[in-house]
Amino acid sequence: MYKIVKAQQLSEKIFLMVVEAKWVVRTCLPGQFLIAKLDEYGERIPFTICDYDREAGTVTIVFQVVGASTYKMSKLKAGDSFMDITGPLGRPSDLLEKDIEELKNMKILFVGGGVGVAPVYPQVKWMHEHGVDVDVIIGAKNKDLIMYEEEMREVAGNLYVCTDDGSYGFHGMVTAVIDDLVQNQGKKYDRCVAIGPVIMMKFACLTTKKYGIPTVVSMNPIMVDGTGMCGACRLVVDGKVKFACVDGPEFDGHKVDFDLAMERQRTYKTEEGRAMLKATEGDTHRGGCGNCGGDK
Amino acid sequence: MAVKMTKVPVREQDPKVRATNFKEVCLGYNEQEAVEESTRCLHCKKPKCVQGCPVSIDIPGFIAQIKEGNFAGAYNVILESSSLPAVCGRVCPQESQCEGVCVVGIKGEPVSIGKMERFVADWARENNVVPEAPKTKNGKKVAVIGSGPSGLTCAGDLAKMGYEVKIFEALHEPGGVLVYGIPEFRLPKQTVVAHEVENVKKLGVEIETNVIIGKSITIDELLNEEGFDAVFIGSGAGLPKFMGIPGEQANGVFSANEYLTRNNLMKGFRDDYDTPIHRGQKVAVVGGGNVAMDAARTALRLGAKTYIVYRRSEAELPARVEEVHHAKEEGIEFHLLRNPKEILVDENGWVKGIRVIKMELGEPDESGRRRPIEVPGSEYDIDVDTVIMALGTSPNPLIASTTKGLDTQKWGGIIAKEENGQTSKQAVYAGGDAVTGAATVILAMGAGRAAAKGIDEYLRNK
Ligand SMILES: Cc1cc2nc3c(=O)[nH]c(=O)nc-3n(C[C@H](O)[C@H](O)[C@H](O)COP(=O)(O)OP(=O)(O)OC[C@H]3O[C@@H](n4cnc5c(N)ncnc54)[C@H](O)[C@@H]3O)c2cc1C
Ligand SMILES: Cc1cc2nc3c(=O)[nH]c(=O)nc-3n(C[C@H](O)[C@H](O)[C@H](O)COP(=O)(O)OP(=O)(O)OC[C@H]3O[C@@H](n4cnc5c(N)ncnc54)[C@H](O)[C@@H]3O)c2cc1C
Ligand code: SF4
Ligand code: SF4
Ligand code: FES
Repeated sequence: MYKIVKAQQLSEKIFLMVVEAKWVVRTCLPGQFLIAKLDEYGERIPFTICDYDREAGTVTIVFQVVGASTYKMSKLKAGDSFMDITGPLGRPSDLLEKDIEELKNMKILFVGGGVGVAPVYPQVKWMHEHGVDVDVIIGAKNKDLIMYEEEMREVAGNLYVCTDDGSYGFHGMVTAVIDDLVQNQGKKYDRCVAIGPVIMMKFACLTTKKYGIPTVVSMNPIMVDGTGMCGACRLVVDGKVKFACVDGPEFDGHKVDFDLAMERQRTYKTEEGRAMLKATEGDTHRGGCGNCGGDK
Repeated sequence: MAVKMTKVPVREQDPKVRATNFKEVCLGYNEQEAVEESTRCLHCKKPKCVQGCPVSIDIPGFIAQIKEGNFAGAYNVILESSSLPAVCGRVCPQESQCEGVCVVGIKGEPVSIGKMERFVADWARENNVVPEAPKTKNGKKVAVIGSGPSGLTCAGDLAKMGYEVKIFEALHEPGGVLVYGIPEFRLPKQTVVAHEVENVKKLGVEIETNVIIGKSITIDELLNEEGFDAVFIGSGAGLPKFMGIPGEQANGVFSANEYLTRNNLMKGFRDDYDTPIHRGQKVAVVGGGNVAMDAARTALRLGAKTYIVYRRSEAELPARVEEVHHAKEEGIEFHLLRNPKEILVDENGWVKGIRVIKMELGEPDESGRRRPIEVPGSEYDIDVDTVIMALGTSPNPLIASTTKGLDTQKWGGIIAKEENGQTSKQAVYAGGDAVTGAATVILAMGAGRAAAKGIDEYLRNK
C-alpha cells in the first residue's frame, strides 16, 4: 500500500497529493511520470511527477478530475492509500542531460497551461537548484484556476501569469503571452517547454514555430501498462509511430501529430462515460439517458 | 487387452453457452475419467512422449500412478520435472509435443497426456498438497526479474535449494502472460494462476510488484548495492508489433496485448472493474497464433461478430489445435490466405472496415512454411468497427539498454546459454521469452529451471 500523506484541493476540480512511493522516489527525475491504481477495481492511471522528496520517500502529483477514476481519487484523504504505484516511467527531460554551463547560456521558456502548470514546476525547480534562470508562463481559464503561483515565483527567473478571461494577470491565452514576449519585449528563446492540454500544446507549438523556437511538449495519451507492452499510448511523431510511455512522454512538439493524438484520446469516451455515471450515481444508475450509450 | 483407439472425451461447456461467458471452456477429467484414460498408455520401454516433452516429464511414470489411483504419487512424479503442471496441462501445444509423438497416436488418438497432467495438478490443489519450504537457508540472495513462468520456476527452484529469492515484477500482479495475456476461459486466474504463485511464495520466495528493473533500480545496483549474488532475467517478450499499413493509428485499432490486458489483468469484462474495454460489434483479428485466438474469442464473448484474418492456410495456423477447434465451434469466422492492406477509417477517425487481399502459398521460406504471395487485384473489404493486431511480440529493450555488458541479438533477444542461462555478464542469467522471443510456457519454465541450476553451480563455485 502507498500511503497518502497529504491531500489538498487546489481548485474546484484540481487536487494535489503527496504519496509515499519508495521505488519511484529512488531515481525519479523531472519529466517522468508514475502510474497509480486506487484499489482492486481501479484503472492504472498515469500522472506526471510534480515534485519529490528523496529523504521523505514521497512524490507529489497534481490531478484534474475528468472521469471516474480521478473523481474517486478526489475523495481520498491523508491517511488513505493507493493499492499500487509504479514508476518512475518514461524518460527524464532531455534538458537534464545537458551541461550546466550550456544550460546557463540558454534562454529557456517554460509554458504551463491549466493542470499542466504542476508538471512544469519540477523542471523549473531543477533549473533553479542548478543555478539556471528561466522564464515561465502559467495560464488558466480564470483566476480561481491559477495554481502553483507562489511556488513557481520562488524558482522562476521571470514569471508571467495569464487568464483567458482576464480575471487575473495578462488577459489572454499563453500563446498571446509568447507573442507579447517575443514581439513586444524583444525576448529571444533557444528552447520552449510547453505542458498542458493537448489543444494548448498544439497552439503553443504553432506559435513557437513561427519564431523558430525548438519546443518540447509532454504528451498524455491513454495508457495501460506504461512499460511499452500494450501500444495504447502510440503517437505519430515525425511520421513515425512512437510509444509515449517509453519513447516519451516528452517529444519535439513541432513534429507531433496533435490532431491524431486528440482523436485517439477519445477512444473510450462512451465506455468511460458509463463508468463515471456509475461512480456518481451508484446503484441508482440505470442507463438509458442517452449520455452513456445505455448499459447494454 | 486391446487399447481403445479414442481418448476418453473431456467435458466442455457447450459452445453456445460459453460464447457468452468467461468461465473455463474445458472442465477437465474427474477421477474416474482420468483412471480410464490412464489405461490407454502402453508404458513404452522407450517412451517417445517423454522425448516430445521439452522438460522430459516421466509421462508413463505418472500415468502408472494414476492407474493405481495414487494421485499424490502422480503429482510427485510430475513435480520432479515441472513446477507448473496445472498451467502446462492446460496450455501446452500437446499435439506438437508429448501427444504428437505418442505411439498410440499412430493408429488411433494419442493418449490424453495433457488432460491427465491437468487432472493430477488440479487434484493436488483441491486436496491441499503443498510444497515444503526448505529448512535451512544458505545465506545467498538471488533477484529474479519478472514473474512469468520462467521467473516463477527459477525462483521456486532456487528457494528449494536454500537461496533467499526475491522476484521483482513491473505490473501490479504476478504471473506474466499467465495473468495479462491468456484469458480466464483458458486459464482461470484465481484457482490456477494465483495458486501457482502462492505455492512459489510458500517456498519462501518474496514477490515485490510495481518495481520496474531498469527504471526503479538497475541490475548493476541490485548486484552492487542491494547485496544480491546473482540475477535471473525472465522479463518476457512484451513489445507488440504493428503492420505499418494505412489506418493503423485509427480509433478502434488495438494490439492484442492492449485488448487482452484490459480484459484479463484489468478485468474490463466485469462491470465492477473500472478499466474500459471497447466492445466492438464486428471485430477482425489479424494473426493466427494463440494470441490471435485468445483475442478473437475474447471479442466474441464481449458480444462481437468476430473474424480471424490470417495470411497462410489452416495447416500453418500456429495456434494450438484445440484453440482453433474451440474458436470455430464458438462461431468465429476464418478468413484464411488473406492479408490486410489497409484499415478503412471514417470521418471521425474510427475504423469502418479492413481491406484484405487474397494470398496463395508459394515456395517454403526459412521457417519451412510455404511463403504466402499476394494475388494481384483480389482485394475486398470486410465491414468491421474494430481491428486487433496479433502479429507477435519482441523483447522489451529496457533491461538490455540499462545493463552494461549484457549482449543481445539484433532483434533484441538476450544472449544466454541454453544449458544454464548464462549471459555475457557475470552473475546474470536469463531465460524464457526474453531470450527466445515469444515461445511457450513450458519452454520458459524449462529455461527457468536450467538457469536455477546454472546459478546454483556458479554460486557454489564462487
Ligand atoms: C504521461 C502522462 C502524464 C499525465 N499527467 C497528468 C497529471 O499530472 N495530472 C492530471 O490531471 N492528468 C495527467 N494525465 C492525464 C490523466 O492520466 C488522465 O486525466 C486520467 O487518466 C483520466 O482518468 P479518469 O478515469 O478520471 O478519466 P477517464 O474517465 O479515463 O476519462 C475522462 C475523459 O478524459 C479523456 N481522457 C482519458 N485519458 C486521458 C488523458 N490521458 N488525457 C486527457 N484526456 C483523457 C477520456 O477520453 C474521457 O473523455 C497524464 C497522462 C499521461 C499519459
Ligand atoms: C495471449 C497469449 C496466449 C498464449 N498462449 C499460449 C499457450 O496456449 N501455450 C503456451 O505454451 N504458450 C502460450 N503463450 C506464450 C507464453 O505465455 C509465453 O511464452 C510465456 O509466458 C513466457 O514466459 P516468460 O516467463 O518468459 O515471460 P512472461 O510470461 O512474458 O513474463 C515476463 C514478466 O516480466 C515482467 N517484466 C518485464 N520487464 C520487466 C522489468 N523491466 N522489471 C520487472 N518486471 C518486468 C513482465 O511484466 C511479466 O510479468 C501465449 C502468449 C500470449 C501473449
Ligand atoms: S509439460 Fe506439456 S509437453 Fe510436457 S507432458 Fe505436460 S503437456 Fe506434455
Ligand atoms: S508414448 Fe504414449 S503410450 Fe507410450 S508411454 Fe508415452 S503416453 Fe504411453
Ligand atoms: S502504455 Fe502500454 S505501451 Fe505505452
